[in-house]
Order: sequence, then structure tokens, then C-alpha cells
Amino acid sequence: MQHKVIDAKDVVIRFAGDSGDGMQLTGSLFADMSAIYGNQLSTFPDYPAEIRAPQGTVSGVSGFQVHIGSENVNTPGDHCDLLVAMNPAALMANAKWCKRTAMILVDSNAFDEAGMKKAGFKTDDPFRELGVEDRVLIVAPITELTELSLKDSGMDIKAIRKCKNMFTLGMACFIYDRPLDYIFTYLEKKFAKKHPEVIEPNKKVLKDGFNYAANMQMIANTYHIEPSHPKKGTYRNITGNQATAWGLLAASEKSGLPLFCGSYPITPATGILEELAIHKSLGAKTLQAEDEIAGICTAIGASYAGNLAVTTTSGPGLSLKSEALGLAVMAELPLVVVDVQRAGPSTGIPTKTEQTDLNQALYGRNGECPIPVVAAHSPSNCFDTAFNAAKIALEHMTPVMMLSEGFLGNGSEPWLIPSMKDYPVIQPPFATSLPEDGKFKPFERDPQTLVPKWAIPGQKGFEHRVGGLEKNHDGVLSSDPANHALMVAEREAKVQKIADFIPELQLDGPAEGKLLVVGWGGTYGHILSAVNEVRAEGLEVSRVHFDYIYPVPRNTGGILSGFDKVLVCELNSGQFANYLLGLFPDTKIVKFNKVQGQPFLVSELVDAIKEAL
Amino acid sequence: MATLSFKDFKSDQEVRWCPGCGDHAVLAALQRALPKVSSALNYEKERYVVVSGIGCSSRLPYYMDTYGFHSIHGRATAISTGIKVANPWLTVWQACGDGDALAIGGNHFIHAIRRNIDINIILFNNQIYGLTKGQYSPTSKFGAITKTSPYGTVEHPFNPGSLVLGAKGTFFARSLDVELKLNEEIMTAAALHDGASVMEMLTNCVIFNDGAHRNISDPATRADRTIILRHGEKMIFGKDRDKGLVLDGLGLKVVTIGQDGYTEDDILVHDAHCENAGIHMMLADMKYPDFPVALGVIRDVKDVTYDDGVRDQVKDVMLKSKIHSVDDLLHSGSTWEVE
Repeated sequence: MQHKVIDAKDVVIRFAGDSGDGMQLTGSLFADMSAIYGNQLSTFPDYPAEIRAPQGTVSGVSGFQVHIGSENVNTPGDHCDLLVAMNPAALMANAKWCKRTAMILVDSNAFDEAGMKKAGFKTDDPFRELGVEDRVLIVAPITELTELSLKDSGMDIKAIRKCKNMFTLGMACFIYDRPLDYIFTYLEKKFAKKHPEVIEPNKKVLKDGFNYAANMQMIANTYHIEPSHPKKGTYRNITGNQATAWGLLAASEKSGLPLFCGSYPITPATGILEELAIHKSLGAKTLQAEDEIAGICTAIGASYAGNLAVTTTSGPGLSLKSEALGLAVMAELPLVVVDVQRAGPSTGIPTKTEQTDLNQALYGRNGECPIPVVAAHSPSNCFDTAFNAAKIALEHMTPVMMLSEGFLGNGSEPWLIPSMKDYPVIQPPFATSLPEDGKFKPFERDPQTLVPKWAIPGQKGFEHRVGGLEKNHDGVLSSDPANHALMVAEREAKVQKIADFIPELQLDGPAEGKLLVVGWGGTYGHILSAVNEVRAEGLEVSRVHFDYIYPVPRNTGGILSGFDKVLVCELNSGQFANYLLGLFPDTKIVKFNKVQGQPFLVSELVDAIKEAL
Repeated sequence: MATLSFKDFKSDQEVRWCPGCGDHAVLAALQRALPKVSSALNYEKERYVVVSGIGCSSRLPYYMDTYGFHSIHGRATAISTGIKVANPWLTVWQACGDGDALAIGGNHFIHAIRRNIDINIILFNNQIYGLTKGQYSPTSKFGAITKTSPYGTVEHPFNPGSLVLGAKGTFFARSLDVELKLNEEIMTAAALHDGASVMEMLTNCVIFNDGAHRNISDPATRADRTIILRHGEKMIFGKDRDKGLVLDGLGLKVVTIGQDGYTEDDILVHDAHCENAGIHMMLADMKYPDFPVALGVIRDVKDVTYDDGVRDQVKDVMLKSKIHSVDDLLHSGSTWEVE
């Protein structure tokens, strides 16, 4: 049988297997190779909380979805065109994500009686049982073929079986017309030093997988995805957590202040601390603290001592940091707090994504305690968001909360590498001269920005005390009612003034109409795709996306007032919608919410937009 | 460099501790010790940062004319840690109470000691919560009757000395608030020690726990009920300097010189620099009436410090790495060109 090559605009592939099967690596390799090939792409790892859940069970299934295409790839995709299921449990957990036209590739060797039972199948026809028997089924004895491929390699059977993900990857490369050279180079680089003996066997398995797919006569169609024509320049792949760490390092360079990160490991934020720990050559100091509170408190100490101070965490950790956040507000010290949100409350579902910490970020402290809040909208955008968060913190002498999401932190995308010469210098308001009476006044404010000066210990003559107790402008303790009211108002006004320094909201579409679709944070790509889809059907909608949440951009009220209805889409029960309503009570707000620990599907957003119109 | 004096460290703020509170004397000792430390180490005044948590003693930074940070309950040790790691050139002093350091801040306290960060912690131990008006603390004696233990506590207290040594502390000293001279001496030694120095000051709370330490602080009997340890000196005490400590099997024993065949030669010599903390632990654990309570520098040993470690690692990696700017970083690893 001769296979037919079909031109496809975009395809979604989901690799699924046991958490020890190497699916994250397989998926990443496929993604990286596609990026170099010139496709647009977006990825989403979907893994269990357990490091190694019982083998073969549904709870131990690890998945990696990658969406590649010639244009308009804004999300990892809703449903997949190819599901790779390395065992029955992977099929059980993921069959529901298959399109009606999907191919399902399984390792038949794993579908023995024991495996089927472990996955919870009741019949001996897993496809029929899951209602996917009409999909294109590719049933291949992958384990056996891998063993055969490597029988002369001299490797032991355990090591050989570990290579079956490479066999599968080879098959996927055939189906999607991917050249193998990139993976060859990767294998050569990765194992050159420590395990040069595994390079050739892996290459062989990969090639054998590719050739098997070409020869097996079961694959009727293969697909060609034309490379897109992205902007010229140097590209790389980057995850949100990596981009966050690098954005902070960029702010350190542009401010001339050493970076200090005090953090406690927590999923899904740990990657930022790990990344910063690598880059000591840029002067970054990381302190893995004894707990979340020590994470932020060491950072506050470092800030007082003149560093660009950062603490990174996720929702439960942010709860523990609340009191110390108040201290940073009171002491008016710069600090960046990164919250990579996950499904809550409490421990919740640590590996799943949500936007449910917005209220906590805005309000989760005692007293009148304003903290600016910014949010990243894509993995690579975490770089700019972290840079901007640090710039605001340092120039306005305030803690700043940066909201990221598990979906962004672990997700990756190709990124046109920027040049640091295009980023602004960060200029903190250092105290340089003493007033006539010779006494530094730590809370005397700039009349325009209301920002106090920053005197760093070690500066002769600027000795002063800060702390959690209310003080007057001179830095002297005060419980005077009028002074307290004044200081509360000034701290709030200082944060409000930041709106003069941030970009205006960018309106996508006409300034007036029936419906404005609003989002913030990591839902950016899904909402953009949904709006484009609706427009393609001839409907008129406008769209805005908030990167700056508190304070909101100056033109927010003006934009909202141009629409009959405002549809706010977010992965919580309506926290941003309620916040907007508080600021602009005359807006007719419609909420579209999802709290399942999963990103939006473009299809459900399309339905919501049509319903709102 | 101009010589600094007591007055240079006094701020213009009115001291608001109760009359008779032991904290006054500790503050005075610190203000007298720092000029000496400054001339010994050639430190300018702007190099000092005084950090505190919450509690009566945590008001101390306001009374010092230095950089100061009055933080939140229990967290002083974490704040101090951040300051020292961020800028090891600064010299950090910390004031904290027994509730602040050992209850709500216990975790930070033990970890700072474990890491051996070069900070100087003055632990004001009055065995009571004073600022909240009289509840028992983690150092209150078993059975202590307080507002929250009207029938007596049913929990064992911490002995700060054993806690510090258990966490592999490199410096521990103990004193009484009224021992002004000794306190200056201890604070100076703590400043010279490179690593986490804990100075337990047994202070009197005149309002809520008056006389908590009277059995050892009373001038009439103090010399017989306490022993001041100094490195290299015999462990001799008593009004008549006739009592001493000897090793008896695996423990310590109090003997009278000239009785039971003991001579001055039998008395132990204090070795604060001894790596093995065994004898330091025994000394720190001595309780009246079986033993005199040990005052002075009980342990002072050298070990690598966390702040030096962090600084040196950064320097080392800077020398070895190929990445020296963010532009280098952005282009590191796997990249590709689009023409």
C-alpha cells in the first residue's frame, strides 16, 4: 500500500505512557525538532503528582501534548490528531482527548491481560470499550521490535526496553514527515561525555521505528506541515519558569544590583529557583530556605541590604508569606514575589493549572496593604513580565506580585531571542544627599511619584530604622490617628501612580460593539484562537488581555464602556470579573469560568463567545 | 578612623522599657561593646545593622543609632540571614526574646545555627511573654504559673544552650543582665567569632516574671551559684574561690579545693575551642542547685560560614563560566537561526 501525503495546517500530538516511560523527553524532542524545522508550536506537559506511581495504573500516566502548525498556533491544542499510548492505562486516561479523525498508536506488547486489568479494562477490546474503535488504530509490537532492533547492541534487556520511546518517536517522525537529523545531533551532544555507548543504539532504534512505520502498510496517510516564515533572528525554546528566572537576571543586570532569591521548593514553581541556582556567574545568589516564610524574609533582608530580592512560590506558599508581604509594604522595600499558580485550595492538585490565586494576590493580607499585581500571558512572556515586575519594584519601592501559572511555568514555546540593548535601564531612587538637619527621613516621598528614597546599610550618615510598626515620614514610630490615615493613603496612592508608568491596554478589534472578550494571564493563546475562530465565521468581537492587573492600565474604563457586554474568561470562579466590576460597576459583565485544573479548550471558549453575542 | 564611643550608638529615641527591666542593662552593654569591636576590627558605624523580631526586647533597634530593622514575630533570624548573605560586608546584630526565637521563630533559629551564618544573636531569656502581658514561654520552668497556665505548665522548657549545641552551634555564651562587664566581654567575643554567635542573656521581667533568675542573680549568693567560664582558665567559682569542677566518670562534679583530696591541679581547665561539644553540652546543661550555672563563653569554635560559602561559590562559578551577561545567557544552549 502506498501512503498518501496530506498537507496539514496544524496537528496535535499527545504522547502518553507510564511516568517512567520517557514521554516528557519524547514530546520535548518532537517539539524541538519541529521548531527547528520552522513550525510554530506550543506544548503542554500533563504529568501526575507522584514521581513514580504504581506502574501501569491510570494514576501513573504521564502525558505531553505538542501542537505544531504553519500559523496561528496559540495553544497546545484541545484534542489530538495522534495519540501515542505506550500502555493500556495511557489509552484509558487519554482516549477522550482524541479527535474523531485521530490516529491511535499503541504498543501491543503492553496490552496483555495483566496490563489491561491494571488499567481497569473490563473487556478484551480496549478500543471498543472506550468508544474509539472507529479511529485509525496503529497496533504495533513496539517492545518486541525494540528488543529485536537492539539484540546485538550488548545492552541488557532493561536498558533496551528503555529505548522503546525512541522507536515510537521514530514512527511519529515518519507520520509527520520530520527529519531525524536533529534528534541524532541531540543524542550525540547529550551522551557524548557520560554514556557514548548509548548514542548508536538510540539512533538505530529511532531509524528502525521510522522504517517500520514506512513499511508496515498500516499507515495510509502521512502529513506534511509546511514551515511558517517567522521573523528573522535567533530562536530558542523556553519554558515559563526558565523565562521568569532569566527575566529576573535581566533586571539584575539592568539595575546593577545583585540578584538574591530566597525560596522554598514547591510545585510548580521550583524550576525558577533551580534555574537561578545555575546562574551564579551572573552574580545570582540563591538561598534554599527552611520554609516559605524564611524564603520571603531572607529576601526582605536582602532587599534591605540593597539586592534585587526575589521569592518564588505557588499558592500555599504565598499563603505562608502573607504576613511578611505586609512587612515589605510597611518598610517600603522592593521585592518581587512570583506565584506560579496551581489548583487549590490547600494542597489541591499541585501539578494542575489554575488562576485561582488572584484574590489572594490582591487582598490576602492584614490591614490596608496594596501590592501591585502583574501577570504573564505565555511561557516566553514570563521574561518580560519578570523584568517589568522587578522594574516596578525597584523604581517604586514596593513589593510586586507576579502571577504565573503551572501551564506557563512548565509549558514551552519557541522564542525570538531579544537583545538586552533593547531593554531599559532600571533606576532605583537611591538616597544620595541628606537634608539640612542631617537626618535621613526614610518615608519622605517624591512629590510626583510618592516614592521614598532608598538608603542602603553601609551608607555613612543615613542610619535609620524600618519595620512593621507604623511610622511617620521621619521614620519615627507613631500611633497618631491622623498620621496613620495619611500613611495608609500615601502607600495606596504610591501604587496607583504606577499606572502612569505602564503601557495602555491594547484593544484587538473595533472600539465599540456588542461584545468585548477579556482575559488575563495564561489564557491568552486560547482566547486569541477562539476570537479568531469566531471572527472567521463572520462575527464581530473585540478582545483585550490584561498583563497589568493592579493597578489596571489608565485606558481600561474607556475601553470597557464601548461595549454592550464584557465576557471575562478565567480559570477560577470569577475573581477578575468581580475585581473589574468593583472598579467599573457600570460594566455589563458576563463570566465564563472553568475550575478543573485544566486550561481552557478553544472550542468551549468559542461556544461561550457565541452564547454571549 | 575616628574612635567611636558609647554615645555614638545611642539613638535619640526615648527608651520605653519598664523601669527595672533587665533589657536596659543589655542595651547598655551592647552600646559599650560596639565601640570596642569597632576599634578591634576597624569597623565604621554604618557597617552595623541591628535586626529584631517582635517582643519587648525587639524594640532594641530603635535605641541604637545604627541601621535597624524591627521586623515581625519570629522572623528576625531569617531577615538577618538575608542581610548577611546579600552583603557579607555588613555586621549583623540581632535582638530576640525567648518566645520570638524559640517558639514562633524556632525553625529559623536552628537553621541559622546549622548553616553557621555570621550573625550575632542576643537571646533575651526572661522565661515569659512580656509584651502580651504574661503568658508562659518555651523557656518557662515546668509547672510555671502564668496567665495561660493558671494551674501550672505541663511542658518541659528548652535550654537554649543545648538547643544551640544540638544544632552544631559554633558559639554559645550565657550571662545575666546585671553582669555588665561580662556582657561587654561576651559581646566582643561574639563579634570576633566568624559564624553564628548566640548570647543567652538571662533577663528579669519586673512585671510578669520578677525574680525568675533570682536564685542565681542575687548578689549575696551569685558567686556560689554561678561559674564564669573563660577559655584557658580553671573552672573555679565560689565567693572564696574554693570550689571547682572536675570530671567524675562520664559527668561533671563539684568539689571543694582542699577537701576529699582535691587540689587546684585536679580542676578542669575550660577549653571553649574544643571541637567536641560533649563537655560544652555538660557545662551548658548545669543547673542550680546541683551545679553552678555556667556563664561566659561556653563554646567558640571555628568552622566554615554560610555567607562565605555563598560568596566564594559565586566568585568561583564566575571565573569558570562562559556566561558573563544576560545576552550570553540568552544565546546559551540550543538555538537556531531563521534566515
